[in-house]
Amino acid sequence: MSTNTSTQSRSRGKAPAGERVADWADGRLGIYSLAKANMRKIFPDHWSFMLGEVCLYSFIIIILTGVYLTLFFHPSMNEVEYHGSYIPMQGQLMSEAYKSTLDISFDVRGGLLIRQIHHWAAVVFLAGMFVHMMRVFFTGAFRKPREINWLFGFLLFVLGMFTGFTGYSLPDDLLSGTGVRFTQGAILSVPIVGTYISMFLFGGEFPGDDMVARFYSIHILLLPGIMLGLVVAHLILVFYHKHTQFAGPGRTNKNVVGMPLLPVYMAKAGGFFFLVFGVIAILGGIASINPIWVLGPYRPDQVSTGAQPDWYMGFAEGLVRAMPGWEINFWGHTLVLGVFVPLVLFGLFLAAIAVYPFIESWVTGDKREHHILDRPRNAPTRTALGVAWITAYMIMLIGGGNDIVATHFHLSINAVTWFVRIGFFVGPVIAFVITKRICLGLQRRDKEKVLHGRESGIIKRLPHGEFIEVHEPLSQEQLYTLTAHEQYQPAEIGPTVDENGVERKVKGSEKLRAKLSKAYYGEESQIPKPTVEEYKEITSGHGHH
Amino acid sequence: MKKLSARRRHPLAALVVLLLALACTGGLYAAFAPADKAQADETAQSLAIDEGKKLYSVGCASCHGTDGQGTTDGPSLVGVGAAAVDFQVGTGRMPAQQPGAQVPRKKNIYSQAEIDQLAAYVASLGAGPTVPTKEQYGPEGADVAKGGDLFRTNCAQCHNFTGKGGALTHGKYAPTLEGVDPKHIYEAMETGPQNMPSFPDGTLSAQNKKDIIAYLNAVNGEESESRGGLELGGIGPVAEGLFGWIFGLGTLIAIAVWVAARTAKAKKS
Repeated sequence: MSTNTSTQSRSRGKAPAGERVADWADGRLGIYSLAKANMRKIFPDHWSFMLGEVCLYSFIIIILTGVYLTLFFHPSMNEVEYHGSYIPMQGQLMSEAYKSTLDISFDVRGGLLIRQIHHWAAVVFLAGMFVHMMRVFFTGAFRKPREINWLFGFLLFVLGMFTGFTGYSLPDDLLSGTGVRFTQGAILSVPIVGTYISMFLFGGEFPGDDMVARFYSIHILLLPGIMLGLVVAHLILVFYHKHTQFAGPGRTNKNVVGMPLLPVYMAKAGGFFFLVFGVIAILGGIASINPIWVLGPYRPDQVSTGAQPDWYMGFAEGLVRAMPGWEINFWGHTLVLGVFVPLVLFGLFLAAIAVYPFIESWVTGDKREHHILDRPRNAPTRTALGVAWITAYMIMLIGGGNDIVATHFHLSINAVTWFVRIGFFVGPVIAFVITKRICLGLQRRDKEKVLHGRESGIIKRLPHGEFIEVHEPLSQEQLYTLTAHEQYQPAEIGPTVDENGVERKVKGSEKLRAKLSKAYYGEESQIPKPTVEEYKEITSGHGHH
Repeated sequence: MKKLSARRRHPLAALVVLLLALACTGGLYAAFAPADKAQADETAQSLAIDEGKKLYSVGCASCHGTDGQGTTDGPSLVGVGAAAVDFQVGTGRMPAQQPGAQVPRKKNIYSQAEIDQLAAYVASLGAGPTVPTKEQYGPEGADVAKGGDLFRTNCAQCHNFTGKGGALTHGKYAPTLEGVDPKHIYEAMETGPQNMPSFPDGTLSAQNKKDIIAYLNAVNGEESESRGGLELGGIGPVAEGLFGWIFGLGTLIAIAVWVAARTAKAKKS
């Protein structure tokens, strides 16, 4: 009764202000149905699903702080004399870009803090993308239907690397200038087109006077613009595909078990944004990053030891440092293998990330949709491949910092370089074998747990004197979770003789595929799941063994 | 005058003349005293050389030879000068503990007086650069900014932007310049110890050396502040990357685990 009256009174009088605003907006934007469909979208809960959020938020922080920096930065290579507040640079000739960065650091209110937040956020952004990508890889979240989104993510990572690189080069300081020179050297090593690309990119001979202005456009407009678009597309696809989830009771390939976006995840994500901002702001507040004032302005005739790029370009640096300085001379031309081979490897290294989902689906012949994540142990070959890639990457990072490693661990830089050279080939193989073994070991442990239960730590003495440990059977939920994963059969070549007895030709690719498939899913690559019969046989007996 | 002339036969006249003569000699002696002090200095110098030779025989001769002529284990010290000795012994590098890629800096066990004696002895073997004076390496009249430019041109390729040190081939290294006595930095530039090239005044003028030392003091001295917060070793992006991964992303992952652990649980019916 009372409800009735209130509705009546409201329908007669004016609607509340909030409702009217919403109504006004909906009439013009048509957001009601969109919001209705998505506001209560369900997302599953797991800490590793928040890694992508770390990337998104640090990206936002980078944009916000970056806008502030553009207000004071002069992307010009005009030579000026410094007369600002930093004493050890008084009267030095430098480019306007370098001078304005000094001014941002010492004379703009909050400038140094914002600069450091911007740079730390970039370091964290790339590191976050790396870890986020590892999460997606090791849980198999890149499988159908998410291959395109994997590519978007991959592009974001690569573009992030280059955005970082161009931004790092803007202050025109000695360290970044050395890095640009390094890159220009790599470009020059490309046969035939190298010199043309270099001339085109730098507007003539290096360094010229266009570099900073061009990098500025690329850094603040071109690359972030593309990245922003990709981020939006990435998120739209996450919404469209729905989020993946780990296996568990009640979770199927057709549903998502979790909490609604509004209010739970809006609150969580909002809070998490501020936590990310807070952590990065603390980094910017307490730790110095890229102190360009001690590095000095860039001059092509100067160089410092310990000249490394930011971490995400470190493996490229490592490739060049590890590669012997070979070159081939013919007909008056030089092919600088010492730089060109690393450049090619750099591309292949990254391309491996991009193509992996397609390779795996080709090898396994698996064209179905997957919304349930794999535990890394249940896909030993994939996990081992991933770890092998990371091992090679990490070894190259060590190579990139070989001088720092040498001085800080009192080693010979030549020994470090040789370690890197050998480790680049041997390390991934060892990592592959070890990881696969660990995965299989973990699978056996899961099987053991399913069949025999959890070790309770309680020792029981039987009447005839035997001691046994009581194993506690797992709950139905745990049993389900541990046995929910699928086990695939390796793809066979199939009958080579048809029903009429005509032999068909088996293509080389088919044979290769069968071989690879066996490596993925052969007997040596997975432990058979416990069957219902096995389970019944064991549990029907004594309940302990 | 008559009086004097009358008394020239006085029995005491000879005595008076003698006294006058003595006074004259004394006066002359006093007048030429500096020359005599120099004489005394030379004595002290030769004493120092003697003492230095003794110290040398105990601490250095086994590698550098009994007369500093050098052996297969150590180079000749003829002509290295006092500055080289003051640097090598003053920073504890010499006497060397063991052969190796490079002799490291260590605790110095000689007193400055002993080092000076050693230096005097080695300098006596052949002329070489002398120990610089305080005016030469002091901060007065130095151009810090110029020093920075010179440092980046001549020193940074081995010693890093602010003198944090760096690696050389086969286990050799350019040591950090942090906490190194300005006098020793000056001497190192003059004499070029171990793997370092030397920068005599013809290459890098005395004023230039002064500027470099002043720059190092400004950016890597005891009182120089790190404007941006924790310096992270001042070795550039490797340390920054490590710090960002561990304390940046590490903290954020810890927070993510914490947030995810505190989820709203659906009520079980």
